[in-house]
Amino acid sequence: MNLPAEFWTYLKVVLLVATVPAIVGFVIVLAERRIMGFMQARLGPNRVGPQGTLQGLADLLKLVTKEDITPARAERAVHFLSPVLAVIPALTALAVIPFGPPVKIGKQLVPLWVADLNIGLLFLLAITSIGVYGIILGGWSSNNKYSLLGGLRSAAQLVSYEVPMGLSLVSVLLMTRSLSMVEIVRRQESTHLWFVFPGLVAFFVYFVSGIAETNRNPFDLPEAESELVSGFNTEYSGVKFAFFFLGEYTGMIIISCIAVTVFFGGWLPPFPHVPALAFLGAIPGVVWFLVKVAFFIFCYIWFRSTFPRYRFDQLMALGWKWLIPISLANILVVAFAILLTPRRTNGLVTLSWIYGGLFVVMFLLSKLRRALTRRDRLAATGPAEARAEV
Amino acid sequence: MSNDKITQADKDHAADLAARAAARAPSPASPAHEDHTLFDVQEMELNFGPQHPSTHGVLRIVLKVDGEKILEAKPDVGYLHRGTEKLFETETYPMGIPHTDRMDYIAAATNNHAFCLAVEKLIGVEIPRRAQLIRVILDELQRLSSHLVWLGTSGIDLGAVTPFWYAFREREQILDFFEEYCGARLTLHCMRIGGLPFDLTPGWTERVSEFISDLPARIDDYEQLLTDNRIWKRRTVGVGVISGEECIEWGLTGPIIRASGVEWDLRRAKPYECYDELDFVVPTRQNGDTYDRYIVRVQEMRQSARIIRQCLDRLEPGDIRGKVPRVIKPVAEEVYASIESPKGELGFYCVSNGTNKPYRMHCRPPSFINLQALPRLAKGHLVSDLVALIGTIDIVLGEVDR
Repeated sequence: MNLPAEFWTYLKVVLLVATVPAIVGFVIVLAERRIMGFMQARLGPNRVGPQGTLQGLADLLKLVTKEDITPARAERAVHFLSPVLAVIPALTALAVIPFGPPVKIGKQLVPLWVADLNIGLLFLLAITSIGVYGIILGGWSSNNKYSLLGGLRSAAQLVSYEVPMGLSLVSVLLMTRSLSMVEIVRRQESTHLWFVFPGLVAFFVYFVSGIAETNRNPFDLPEAESELVSGFNTEYSGVKFAFFFLGEYTGMIIISCIAVTVFFGGWLPPFPHVPALAFLGAIPGVVWFLVKVAFFIFCYIWFRSTFPRYRFDQLMALGWKWLIPISLANILVVAFAILLTPRRTNGLVTLSWIYGGLFVVMFLLSKLRRALTRRDRLAATGPAEARAEV
Repeated sequence: MSNDKITQADKDHAADLAARAAARAPSPASPAHEDHTLFDVQEMELNFGPQHPSTHGVLRIVLKVDGEKILEAKPDVGYLHRGTEKLFETETYPMGIPHTDRMDYIAAATNNHAFCLAVEKLIGVEIPRRAQLIRVILDELQRLSSHLVWLGTSGIDLGAVTPFWYAFREREQILDFFEEYCGARLTLHCMRIGGLPFDLTPGWTERVSEFISDLPARIDDYEQLLTDNRIWKRRTVGVGVISGEECIEWGLTGPIIRASGVEWDLRRAKPYECYDELDFVVPTRQNGDTYDRYIVRVQEMRQSARIIRQCLDRLEPGDIRGKVPRVIKPVAEEVYASIESPKGELGFYCVSNGTNKPYRMHCRPPSFINLQALPRLAKGHLVSDLVALIGTIDIVLGEVDR
């Protein structure tokens, strides 16, 4: 029995739309709170259900039953529309993410992506930027000065960080010569190389911009709790607030999915061509994909509990004065590496070694610098007994 | 919109618009067509507090901002005013002590201490040595707990959430020590005129001693998260710089003046109790910015640990209360006694008139006087820095408003 292709497409759409919010609510939020609790010498939610696993349900119930308030002098239509604008593009973007290689169901080969657009990456960049409008308009329409400041911050921040993000992905396009997400993974398979190695710099730029794009620490300025009292979503409650929340976390998932697909070989196991690691291929591709995504989500949580928040002007300076020039230079380097070697792969491998070496040197230098500043600081603190152990 | 639907809010809005239009009206010097350029200063008045997570209580700051740049910051205090100074006049001297608990409620022991010192100076009572040592221990524990609260909250203000939990873990232990000593955790009422209400419970000194031994390593943990963190440095270095001379002119005291290079610590400058025989360093820094104030406070925590250790070593059995008359009725006189509270110079100026109640009891609250400098510090910085500055001044609104 062969089911029509449309059936599988609809099924996948339904699955995505139904499961992603559930995953956000039940897995990511809980994981975030428990992991942060662990890092911060406290427990985190562990009362609802075994080990707090039903906390998501409790939160959902709370949000749904809350009164939905629209401020008296708000721009009602826009106020209503902006949470929708924050969620829909985020969920739409999931359509072009290849979660795994095609699987056989019965006699049919079913691909684990909704659509394999030939402009997949471009589509992702385009559709995720629409989500910005949700935040800007939400901040503006609330008729609250703090929300307005939050909206303005996010407008400037998200627009600025789209640029380095796009530029960092351009260098990967040079390696793949394709915008299709599936093709990008296949290319990494055929070149035996995850693009994170030749694209190390691009990856760093991408991930930093990605964190800024999703308004997460240390770039969570639009909602800076301690400055703007939650910023753009101050005046939102109930389901509308939940939508912003869902939009933000789906954004995290998408940024992680793109990072995995473009830089970390998508569904591929690590080094599939090395015979010693061939046994890793026994684990299904979709598991590999999800594990990698989970790692990036963990990084988000990790950063959140580690870093203080940047100031607005510093954030702008980082984006325009550092990330954009770096990613532009990186494009040049990658282009030359590809052009100057007869076989593309050779150039990429060489580049990987160079970038890897550079990374190690930079890492050691930063350690050294840290040790030196620490020594200077201790020397400046005064006499030795100032720090004497008790 | 029909006429009958115009509400008061609409009228206010219209008046507001008119006022703004008037403010924007071109001055004779500038041509009219420049009215709406991109680089106009667009002033907005922003009401920061009294209900705001980063004002550390009910402080209201009226901000004039251009975008996020602060043109003017006016603190508006008094939301927690309880007339404490007037209350002192209506009650006998010993009854005044619990009121001081509620001033700087983060550091009640030092408040008790300053109040008691003033009254003791008035009646000229001698404090037994054991009581002096225990008072110093309590003071320094309180300084630790106050600085821990400051460290945690000012970290949160700048988005670093994790140090808060570590700092409060240690603060919890200190509160446990206080609870064991006097039964209260926050509003302690742990000192009496002439000495102390209770002797130490058995085992208390050992537990404190153990805590003090652990403390330097714990402080290293906080520093690991913040001191060399680049974002932390970017947010604090060069923010809210104030020179030593200016600090003196404004009357600023405590870690603020010491971070500006002035070695002024009442424990050293005008020793009270037994501070003159203790060996400790007064940490100072030169730049007078938020980062230096952070370093100074962290160093002070290390010094407090040293002081407590020395006091614990010197503890010997003895009286805990000097010879105080049952009814305190000082002769008419005026005295001022002050101590180095965690926030700066905390002093009580007491005027007695021969009755059992003070004629006037004036408090010199460090939070209030340090807060004065906020408009000077905040001008020209961004809204985000304002949050850092409120944190670095380390105010407690109970003390600001009294």
